[in-house]
Amino acid sequence: MSRTEQQGRRVFLKKTASAAAVAIAPGVMLHALPAAAAPRAEAVSGEIRWGMLIDANKCADGCNDCVTACDKENGLDLVDMPEGADEAHWERQRPRWIRQVKLKDNLSGKITNLPMMCQHCEKPPCVDVCPTGASFRRADGIVMVDRHICIGCRYCMMACPYKARSFIHAEVAEKLTHTPRGKGCVESCNLCVHRLDNGESTTACQDACKHQAIVFGDLNDPESAVSRALKKYPSVQIRADLKLNTGIRYSNV
Amino acid sequence: MIRIRSIMLFLAGAMLGLAIGPGNAFAGEAVEGTAKADKLEQCVEPTPVMRRNHFEFIKHQRDLTVHQGIRSSKHSLAGCIDCHARKDASGKAVPVNAQGQFCAGCHEYVAASLDCFSCHSAVPGEK
Repeated sequence: MSRTEQQGRRVFLKKTASAAAVAIAPGVMLHALPAAAAPRAEAVSGEIRWGMLIDANKCADGCNDCVTACDKENGLDLVDMPEGADEAHWERQRPRWIRQVKLKDNLSGKITNLPMMCQHCEKPPCVDVCPTGASFRRADGIVMVDRHICIGCRYCMMACPYKARSFIHAEVAEKLTHTPRGKGCVESCNLCVHRLDNGESTTACQDACKHQAIVFGDLNDPESAVSRALKKYPSVQIRADLKLNTGIRYSNV
Repeated sequence: MIRIRSIMLFLAGAMLGLAIGPGNAFAGEAVEGTAKADKLEQCVEPTPVMRRNHFEFIKHQRDLTVHQGIRSSKHSLAGCIDCHARKDASGKAVPVNAQGQFCAGCHEYVAASLDCFSCHSAVPGEK
């Protein structure tokens, strides 16, 4: 096969791949299902560590798609504002697993946007302080709350340097089967654990990001998209000085 | 004497109501036979085992699921709800904790107060 033919093939493959990606509209994006998409039968192990690389340069000002997708995926949009509550107060208090953060460098005026959520630390302060063991780190690196044990003391919310956790103040009328939610428990991003446990390999925020600012995958696998991106581009951990070894990394911050 | 007789009659009536079963007594809008379980011979374990031990099964399962991510087990609360929730005339699922429905029917009778549905959805999940 000649060189030009090879190039032709490569270009053809690239084009068909991008065409396939465009054909599926963002709203109806199919989840990437591996061949054996079955509910997990064996306990998670430390062989995998889930993580993300977020490119703040690609994160567009005014775009809120990841937040909306997370709210919908995890039933956060089903949590109603208490009657008679102040709207501004509700916006500060309502449960949110992912927040859009805008940074401004006062010297240069440069504005950076980034999504901020649970950073899935290797040494999570929320787990350190939890008096009941409800806040825990799963073997595959996901930091979660076991609501069966959570007493709602909110110590973890105080301990988290990323303000990643929310508290459910009132009973929730409607909840999703895969995201139980009740009065008096703390919760935060769990990297769409129900998807991962059912054999999928993407998160809702990643699927929703039309700017491809979020790369998600296994940090322990050197061939995964996220590992390759981390190897290629400079990245930072937010508050790296705390030495928490976060699973969520940012580039161009 | 009349008073005693009326009390006796009341008690007999109450016992008859119980014999029919709470599921029928307060079925409300739910249509009988619309739950998947209504068409099955047996639950995931023999019925006497389920009656006695269902809470043990789902309590073990919940820890395995939350901490180890195992979601393929044959015991699961989501499975209970998926199979035992009945539908109303319009085809909408009736919550299993509604009065007289599968969970509440017995739990109310034996005065077992439990908290599953203050957090968990009481209707089958969207799939």
